[in-house]
Amino acid sequence: MPKVTVDGTEIEVPAGITVLQACEMAGTEIPRFCYHERLSIAGNCRMCLVEVSPGPPKPAASCALPVGEGMEIKTDTEMVRKARNGVMEFLLINHPLDCPICDQGGECDLQDQAMAYGFDHSRFEENKRAVKDKYMGPLVKTIMTRCIHCTRCVRFATEIAGVPELGMLGRGEHAEITTYLEKSLESELSANVIDLCPVGALTSKPYAFVSRPWELVTTESIDVMDALGSAIRVDSRQTEVLRVLPRLNEDVNEEWIADKSRYAVDGLARQRLDRPYLRVDGKLREASWQEAFAAIGERVKETKGERIAAIAGDQCDAEAMIALKDLMGALGSANIDCRQDGAKLPTTPRAGYLLNSTIAGLETVDAVLLVGTNLRWEAPLINTRLRKAWLQGDMRAAAIGPDVDLTYPVENLGTGPDTLAAVADGSNAFADVLKIAERAAIIVGMGALARPDGASILAAARTIADNCGMVQDDWNGFNVLHTAASRVGALDLGFVPGAGGRDVENILAGAIAGDIDVVYLLAADEFDTTRLGNAFVIYQGHHGDAGAHRADVILPGSAYTEKNGTYVNTEGRVQLARQAAQPPGDAREDWAIVRALSDVIGGGLNFNTLGDVRSRLVEVNPLFDQVGEAVPAQWAPFGEPGPMSSEILASPVSNYYMTCPISRASETMAECSREFVRNDGARTGTDG
Amino acid sequence: MSDIETFEFSEADKARCDEIVARYPEGRQQSGVIPLLDLAQRACGGWLPTAAIEHVADRLDMPNIRVLEVASFYSMFNLKPVGKNFVQLCRTTPCWLCGSDDLRQVAAEVTGCGLGETSGDGVFTVVEVECLGACCNAPMVQINDDYYEDLTADNFRTVLEALKRGETPDVGSQTGRTGSEPADGLTSLTGLGAD
Repeated sequence: MPKVTVDGTEIEVPAGITVLQACEMAGTEIPRFCYHERLSIAGNCRMCLVEVSPGPPKPAASCALPVGEGMEIKTDTEMVRKARNGVMEFLLINHPLDCPICDQGGECDLQDQAMAYGFDHSRFEENKRAVKDKYMGPLVKTIMTRCIHCTRCVRFATEIAGVPELGMLGRGEHAEITTYLEKSLESELSANVIDLCPVGALTSKPYAFVSRPWELVTTESIDVMDALGSAIRVDSRQTEVLRVLPRLNEDVNEEWIADKSRYAVDGLARQRLDRPYLRVDGKLREASWQEAFAAIGERVKETKGERIAAIAGDQCDAEAMIALKDLMGALGSANIDCRQDGAKLPTTPRAGYLLNSTIAGLETVDAVLLVGTNLRWEAPLINTRLRKAWLQGDMRAAAIGPDVDLTYPVENLGTGPDTLAAVADGSNAFADVLKIAERAAIIVGMGALARPDGASILAAARTIADNCGMVQDDWNGFNVLHTAASRVGALDLGFVPGAGGRDVENILAGAIAGDIDVVYLLAADEFDTTRLGNAFVIYQGHHGDAGAHRADVILPGSAYTEKNGTYVNTEGRVQLARQAAQPPGDAREDWAIVRALSDVIGGGLNFNTLGDVRSRLVEVNPLFDQVGEAVPAQWAPFGEPGPMSSEILASPVSNYYMTCPISRASETMAECSREFVRNDGARTGTDG
Repeated sequence: MSDIETFEFSEADKARCDEIVARYPEGRQQSGVIPLLDLAQRACGGWLPTAAIEHVADRLDMPNIRVLEVASFYSMFNLKPVGKNFVQLCRTTPCWLCGSDDLRQVAAEVTGCGLGETSGDGVFTVVEVECLGACCNAPMVQINDDYYEDLTADNFRTVLEALKRGETPDVGSQTGRTGSEPADGLTSLTGLGAD
């Protein structure tokens, strides 16, 4: 470990790091534009100049200089200041200084650093250059005259997103950043270049001219658009959620988020259920809470418990689900299920439904088998972890199921369960690859489990994990990849059929056959609602989607930004989402709705505060007390080996941009679908 | 960029590509991007259509944008169609002092092209460039691969008119001197070999 001196303070730093990193460790901030700790080093902005001795008597770019033993680094000398002032003056030569009309204003690296290093006037008397704006898709707005050519966006697209479509054309004064032939940036992570851009060259198109950063109230929360539970900050102004940005969480999303997580929030303002509704003479009419509760009470009181059922949706918080579970228990119904897609997930042991390797752990794998999943659409940030594993080492990936471009080489072994069986019995050559690998993993998607033979497929996947040595003392390579943010939490708290209870398939069959009279949908929209037969349907949720259209009573609930909710992500990490805005109109927090209803129908729920509900959660499963942690699950027997059909294993996501009521209501997501998924309407680079 | 054609290397060029790519270690075939682009540009009549860029990218297993970055970085690659004779007038100080302004005048008269333009018959494209490294023989122009040096308004007119007629004028110095030896004959070492 070399010892270096930073501004007179001696510290010991790991060998091989850069001077800039050493300064950071010593607590000295170095200004920079091009350097980013998650991207390769470019060294082209020259803002990070420091004085280093021994060495040539001139400023050195600290981001690209490795530390050496005994190095003396000075960051605050006259030479350094003058050098940085000079760099800033050059950067500002061609920068338009249009901060008053720039969306980056107030959160702009260039603006901030110009305050520290800029002159109060320019000595440049020639014309500034102007650059034509480029089309980069429906999410990224470009004002290319502002670009300072740090190339962070180019490096992100090439290295992290794995879509080498961005580049810098021309040179010198004529250099311009563009996508190839000005096509849109085809990545589910494209909008991260907006966060990376240190100036206002790449800004958010849907958020253009909407607000200034100092008008926003920031709430730290958790995303529910996929099962990762990415750390987000929700920026809102009064009642409106205006934007979502990523927060740092090394264990989950690093500092990226996927485009749907970022941009589906405009759907929160559309198609909302803001008051209760009652179906009268076949038509829904507005009602008061009392009327709605009375209608439910009347119906439930005359119905036996076993003829009542409840289905929980994909974005429910654990608080609402435990309340509903307890209510159903009090009504004498064991017909509850959270697996509305019919996934044949085991209810126990926990290792049977978790992503046991953990999200961060997946970047250490050296061989991985993907079963019935399209990672780019089901969990884009897990895909970047595997891409990282491929970039760092020699990871080999193979897929059984959809043949899609995952941005790293994937061998497609086949499309059906027969291939899975071949890997399980060792007759497929990839089984040997998995056996030799030190850290092998299998990722089973919902496409493989949400089908009649899902339990057999899960068992086959487990066989592969066991046969190929994926489960070791410090490593569990068996992974179930969820697509629903609520699913693991629901399984943890036992929102599954009790003794003699019906699962989703049987609830729906029962509704058709007339054996189920009342179905309580807790924001459940992702199944065929025509199969609810003549049942009396109570829909509690936030959007007028499939469930609400079929409902007889609608209870307006809250979306994830409007309540304090607990979510458990696909790796079993308990996380808290926080309220950033008020639910619209008469809508209420979901657990409170169930609690209030319980009084009317005699459910006997006795919790009165959020704290009470959370205590109840911990009582049901102590894991809910370990907020922020992914607690490893014990490896135990599960799975029922059985015959598998020959139907191909398809991804459950047919359109990444529209997977939930919120994203289906989002105009931005609709535009993304048009641009990236349906490919109707030939766009040219001049649009947008 | 005009996007009108599909591009494929000729059989001879394909062999040449293989030879170029084989110069580099396995997995480093991208190093051959500049010579391959040069081959493609020659095959396309002096410029690189999108199809050619994409073909080179395919051949070297590179993303299209990376090849376009290279092609747009180097001024020797043209991304727009050029005339049969690509006339590059040097305008840097030595040539300018020796009369490059006159050459530009002559070029405009003979070819009918202003700077950056291509003549209607497709015979000439005239552009101005920075120093081409032949200052001893200033002023000079480069036409396609050849240097024409020691130019005056008159002899440059002769060169351009010959090219216009489809002839091949002599390349190099237009005043008959050899290489860059002094214009008025040798001034030193003249006695060498007299003994």
